Amino acid sequence: MSTTAVSQLDEVKTGPWNGGKSPFSIEYGKIMMWFFLVSDAFTFSAFLIYYGAQRFSKITWPDPDLVFQSVPGLADAGYPLVFVGIMTFILIMSSVTMVLAVEAGHRNAKKEVIGWMIATVIGGLMFLGCQAAEWTHLHHEGFWWGSIPPVEELKHFFTEPVSEVSAQQFANLFFTITGFHGFHVFTGVLINIIILFMTISGTFARRGSYLMVEKVGLYWHFVDLVWVFVFTFFYLV
Amino acid sequence: MTDQNIHAAEEHAHEEHEGMTRRKIWQVFGILLAITIVEFIIALWVLPGKHLSHGVGNCIYIVLTLLKAFYIVAYFMHLKFERVAFKTTIVAVLVLVIYFIILLLTEGTYLHVHMN
Repeated sequence: MSTTAVSQLDEVKTGPWNGGKSPFSIEYGKIMMWFFLVSDAFTFSAFLIYYGAQRFSKITWPDPDLVFQSVPGLADAGYPLVFVGIMTFILIMSSVTMVLAVEAGHRNAKKEVIGWMIATVIGGLMFLGCQAAEWTHLHHEGFWWGSIPPVEELKHFFTEPVSEVSAQQFANLFFTITGFHGFHVFTGVLINIIILFMTISGTFARRGSYLMVEKVGLYWHFVDLVWVFVFTFFYLV
Repeated sequence: MTDQNIHAAEEHAHEEHEGMTRRKIWQVFGILLAITIVEFIIALWVLPGKHLSHGVGNCIYIVLTLLKAFYIVAYFMHLKFERVAFKTTIVAVLVLVIYFIILLLTEGTYLHVHMN
């Protein structure tokens, strides 16, 4: 009679879900950042899907090529989508500098992390500046929450027949959605600055890992991700 | 148990080092930039020149947007290099977003027909 044979029930299980190790193999804070971002994705989806529903329900809608054709500070009209192109480039660029900071963190290269984090913060501030300029421009044209330009001026923003209701919905949703996104950029910049100072003071060097840089990096890329969608649905479609 | 933890942590660190090299980062940047440039060409030349209808243009925009989203999430946010279980956890819930899109765009179409 064999005494070494162990019943199947008594065998020690070693699968990833049998306890004793992290099944996702990701640090707790990073998982929580991901879950937060998923919930934030739902919020932005709700905003953008409502915007879609409004556009579907209207017969005409302001033409983005006509609404967004200024380069604040340089030209009032005639350059469709140029300014938003610059903004998109700035945000993609600052996303790249963020991954480069994360990559430098993996090599524990403190100086490089500092450099790339400063670049990321500058990119974020430039984007916010551009957005402020664009908001100011639209505000001067008469768009704001609850207000639109007079009817005779509205015809410059439509290729099809003018609709005041559509123009109002466009104004409300534009400022709400880009505002909510801008608020995310703003908090992202603040968090990036905090992480930058923690890097400078050597907190992560003492800790031996730059995991915090990865976590704020996730947030920062998410902000870029949302912009990709806002850009498509407000400026292109 | 602690041995396993340490092992898992080491393995994780190892996986991450393999994830993104500087070369790969700039490659992904190039792809994102190229897609954006294609979008601008469509917006400023293809559609105004009537080479494509607006419906087709919008479909292309959405496909390109999802492609950009994939590159940002997979490479910049590193999701491609995580465990399958984690990828599933994050991506599967987005089916609710698709459901919400179907619901509200149906609603919008209904209003378009019945309220205008």
